[in-house]
Formats: sequence, structure tokens, C-alpha cells
Amino acid sequence: MSDPTRTYLDFERPLAELEAKIEELENLAGTSGDDSPDTAEETARLRHKANEQLAALYSKLDPWRKTQVARHPERPHFRDYRKALIEDFEELCGDRRFSEDAAIVGGLGRFRGRSVVVIGHEKGHDTESRIKHNFGMARPEGYRKAIRLMDMAEKFDLPVLTFVDTAGAYPGLGAEERGQSEAIARSTERCLTLGTPLISTITGEGGSGGAVALASGNVVMMLEHSIYSVISPEGCASILWKDSARAKDAAVAMKVTAPDLMALKIVDQTIPEPIGGAHRHPAETMQAVGNAIEQHLIALDGKSPAELRQQRRERFLAIGRLDAAE
Amino acid sequence: MNWLTKITPPGMSKIFSKRDTPDNLWVKCPKTGEMVFHKDLEAGLFVTPGGHHMRIGPSWRFQFTFDGEFKELDTPEVPRDPLKFKDDKPYTSRIQAARKKTGRDDAMAIAVGHIDGLESVVLVQNFAFMGGSLGMAAGESFIKAAEEAVKRKAPLVVYTAAGGARMQEGALSLMQMPRTTIAVEMLREAGLPYIVVLTDPTTGGVTASYAMLGDVHIAEPGALVGFAGPRVIEQTIREKLPEGFQRSEYLLEKGMVDKVVHRRDIPATLGRLLRVMMKRPGSSVRASLTPPPADHVVADGGGH
Repeated sequence: MSDPTRTYLDFERPLAELEAKIEELENLAGTSGDDSPDTAEETARLRHKANEQLAALYSKLDPWRKTQVARHPERPHFRDYRKALIEDFEELCGDRRFSEDAAIVGGLGRFRGRSVVVIGHEKGHDTESRIKHNFGMARPEGYRKAIRLMDMAEKFDLPVLTFVDTAGAYPGLGAEERGQSEAIARSTERCLTLGTPLISTITGEGGSGGAVALASGNVVMMLEHSIYSVISPEGCASILWKDSARAKDAAVAMKVTAPDLMALKIVDQTIPEPIGGAHRHPAETMQAVGNAIEQHLIALDGKSPAELRQQRRERFLAIGRLDAAE
Repeated sequence: MNWLTKITPPGMSKIFSKRDTPDNLWVKCPKTGEMVFHKDLEAGLFVTPGGHHMRIGPSWRFQFTFDGEFKELDTPEVPRDPLKFKDDKPYTSRIQAARKKTGRDDAMAIAVGHIDGLESVVLVQNFAFMGGSLGMAAGESFIKAAEEAVKRKAPLVVYTAAGGARMQEGALSLMQMPRTTIAVEMLREAGLPYIVVLTDPTTGGVTASYAMLGDVHIAEPGALVGFAGPRVIEQTIREKLPEGFQRSEYLLEKGMVDKVVHRRDIPATLGRLLRVMMKRPGSSVRASLTPPPADHVVADGGGH
């Protein structure tokens, strides 16, 4: 139950202490052979308390806590979704222009029987892989690879599934030199002109233009505790208050959570997470994401390329319009 | 208070206050430090003798770009402050202040007129209005300008100037990236030219959407154009950036813009490009630029 390697967030401290205690009792029972009803009862009582506490915590996460959950290192990443949802996956690398960029991973595969192109930001899961994937912050080559894969999807008439999880595009010298903004703009454009269904799911952080470049789809969904924002809360705070420590206030002010974005009609669907968040129940969460994707793919079945483009265009043009607000 | 204000009788101080000399009579060139008389600056299209292109607003841009008469179009209405955003001041009062300062509704202005005899829609982003930031109003104006161009079968020219997206509108401002991209697609489908003139500064979400999707990219000399701001990059890579990094000339070298053009030559360049793109015969005369009447500068919240 309690995992010693688990990363607890600051606000989960009391819970961490409870779970440590439960573990201690269990170990004690295991080593001393003490299986007295008292100990078992105490363990059960504590476990009940821990579950209640977890449910209470996660039922009312404020925007800053959601930001922390969205960035949780154990939250399922693209690699996990790909393994859980895509069969016969063949990764395809490189932009054919300059280099490979592992911050965005993509390829061909089969999703519940359908041939698809999958593309996602990959943050990595340990130090080595985080460095390899540049913490999910793509350079121009990542976006150009995504464009290349969308071109391929168009050619073979395949739906595209994107998984968005990035703090933003990488702000580096080389990235600027090689046209970071042009790459992002072209990737967004490619999403919008695609003649096959494009389903985007924000699984963690949807950070700024680097996210939009993969998230301009027919359907945009968010996991319950993911965030989607124009700039990171830290970035916003450092501009507005010259103090990145006020990120918490910025997260509140910018309205970055799934219910906020649903209300603004920027996302079409929120996928609920099990109590305690996706990182506590990755398999369940990923199947829920898969189910939601499948439903939308079925709904888009039979639509012509022109219809798909038109639907996508209307979807985005309606956002924030006075006459579109009921 | 200095010793002078202490010893002078009330009322007398006014005579000595610097308010008595109008602001901006002399303007310091940021490049050379040279003091330039404002009339001379105007006559030089707000380019200092040292070649520094100062920031200018929509009224000047329209005046400089069109052959003669032009008509400004109303900018579309958008929901106001949908997030009820508040930092030190409410967002609504920031908008009020920017409106008072610039005399304009938001950061974009649209006009229709002729460039080298060719009817064109021109869109100008105004850095003086909350840093030119791309929010719902600017995005909607961009779409309107593109639709107007399609309706008139006319080209669209946009002068960009912005720090990026408008944070106070959160993800709604972020959505202006795909929304403006759709507008660019409308022009593509209609086979109409879309020319971007990059001016100082153009960064963030603006560069990462419509500013980098032009058929032709022209940049004014010395303009800062990039995705991330130089400060953010320095913090990320913990290195000093090279001289001239993210400036127009650097972008030309890296292949991101087609040409760097002096403000004085932009209308003629636009005219030549547009006439060729639209398969019209070449025009022999293009009136040289003359300085517009001085009252225009007030409307944009200052000429620089």
C-alpha cells in the first residue's frame, strides 16, 4: 500500500505520516508475528483515516495544488500512455532537416484496432531520461517532426492522437536560431489543416504555445488534475509581481484548471482521475483516457477531410466570441 | 524639494518647473545618444539620423503605408475581463488606462486603403497599448482584417509589435494563436497575399503564430524578434547572449525573414511585392513619403 519510493507533495505531508505509520504497523506485525486483533484493527482504522484524508484532499485541490499534481514526477507520461494504449508501436524519429528531438515522441501504431499516428511530449521519468527528453521542452526539431508525422497521417488517412504534457517550448539559443516560433506556428497550422481526426489530450501540463502546437485538435480533453495556461504560473508571477514565489496567486488568477477551461469552452471534456490522482492509479487513468479517445474517434467516423477541417475551424473560432456565449 | 523650491514664493516655482517646456521636444536617440528635434524626427518617419527605428503607433503606420486616403474600420467587440483578473490593479483599470493613453480600444487597428494603387487591408499592432499584447480583442481584429481582405479580394499587410499573449486573459489569449492561424488559412485558400512586417519588438505567442506565417516577412532594422525574450534565455542557458542576437539582421542571416527594409522603403517594397503577387502591371510612380500632420502622433499615445 504505502510505497517508500513515492514522492509526496507538500500538501500531502499529513497523509505521508499516516501511511508511514501504517507501514510501520504492518512491518511490526510481519516481523514479530503479532497478528493480534488489536494491531489489525488499528491498521484498518488508520488506513480508513488515510483514505478519507486522501479523498478530502483531492476533492478540493486549489489551482496551485493542481499545478503540483499535474507536474507530479510519477504521473503517467507519454511513454506510459503509449505502452498502455498503443499496440504495434513503431517510433519514428527526426525532422529530416536538422536533428532528432526526443522532447516530442511520435510514431505509428494501433489504437484499439485502428491504425493511428501518436505524438506526445515526453518529460522522462528519471534523471537520465529527463535529460534525454529535455524535460518535455521541445526545440524546433520536435515540432517539425510532429509536422512530418501529421503529413504522414494525411497521406495514409490515419487519425492523430496527441498527448500534451509540457512546461513550454525550450527557450534556448539554438532553438531561437533555428526558428522556434516558426516551428510552433507551422505545427499549429498543420493541426488545423489536417484532413483526418485529431484528438488532443492534456495529460499534465499544457504550457503555452509549445502545447497549442500539438493541441489544436477537433477535440481537446483534459485530465481532471491537469492544467492548461498561456504562461507558467511562475512566469506570470515574475512578470506581474517580479516575484516567481507568487506563482500560487498567478495560478488562481489565470484560471488554469479543467473546470475553468470547460467553462470557457476551451476544452470539450474533462476526464476524471481516480481519488488521489493519476499517479496513484496510472492504469485506471490511462484506460479512462483511452475510452474517451475511442468515443470521440467513433463520433468523428465517416467525416470527410473538409468536414473535419471545418469542424475544427468552427470550434476554435467560437472560443470567446460574444455571440457564441449563450 | 531642493533649495530653490524652498526659497521661492508659491507660484514662482511654476516658472522654474520643467513642465513649462513641452515633453518630447528633443528626443534622445537610444543608439547614438544624439538629441534629435521632434520636428526632424517626424520628418524622418521617426527614424533617428543614427538609423534607430523608433516605435510608432497605428495612425503613423497607416499614414506611412497608404498612398493617400484610407479608412479605419471599427474593431470588433469582445467579452471584457472574462477571468475577472486582478494583480496589483484590476485588469479593467489597466485597459482603461491604456485606452486613455492611446485613444484606442485595444492593441490592434485596421484600415483599408491603397498601397501603390492596389487596394489593401492593413493591420497594425500598437505596442503602446499594454505592450501590444495579443488578447481576444487583438485576435478578433486579426480575424476581421483577414475576412475583410477576403471580401475585398485584397492583400493583408500586418505590422506586428507585441511582447506576446495577454496574460490577463489566461488561456483565452492562448487560443488566439490557433484562431489567428485560421485567419491566415482563409487568406491562403483565397489565394491572397499575406505580408508580415516585423517591428520592434515582436516576441512570444505573436511570433509563434501569425507573425511567422507570412508569404513574405519584412523586418524593420534592429527590431527584436524572437520566441523567448532574451532575459528568459539568459536565465535558462546561464550565458550572455551574443551581440545582435534576435535582431532583424540576425533573423535574416538565419533564414527567418526575407529582407530587412528601412522604414522609408517599406511602402515601395510592399507595392512591388503585392503588384507582382496579384499579377498587376508594375507601377512607375510611387509617391515618396512626406511627413503627415503632427496631430496624428497624439492619437497613438506618442510617437515612440
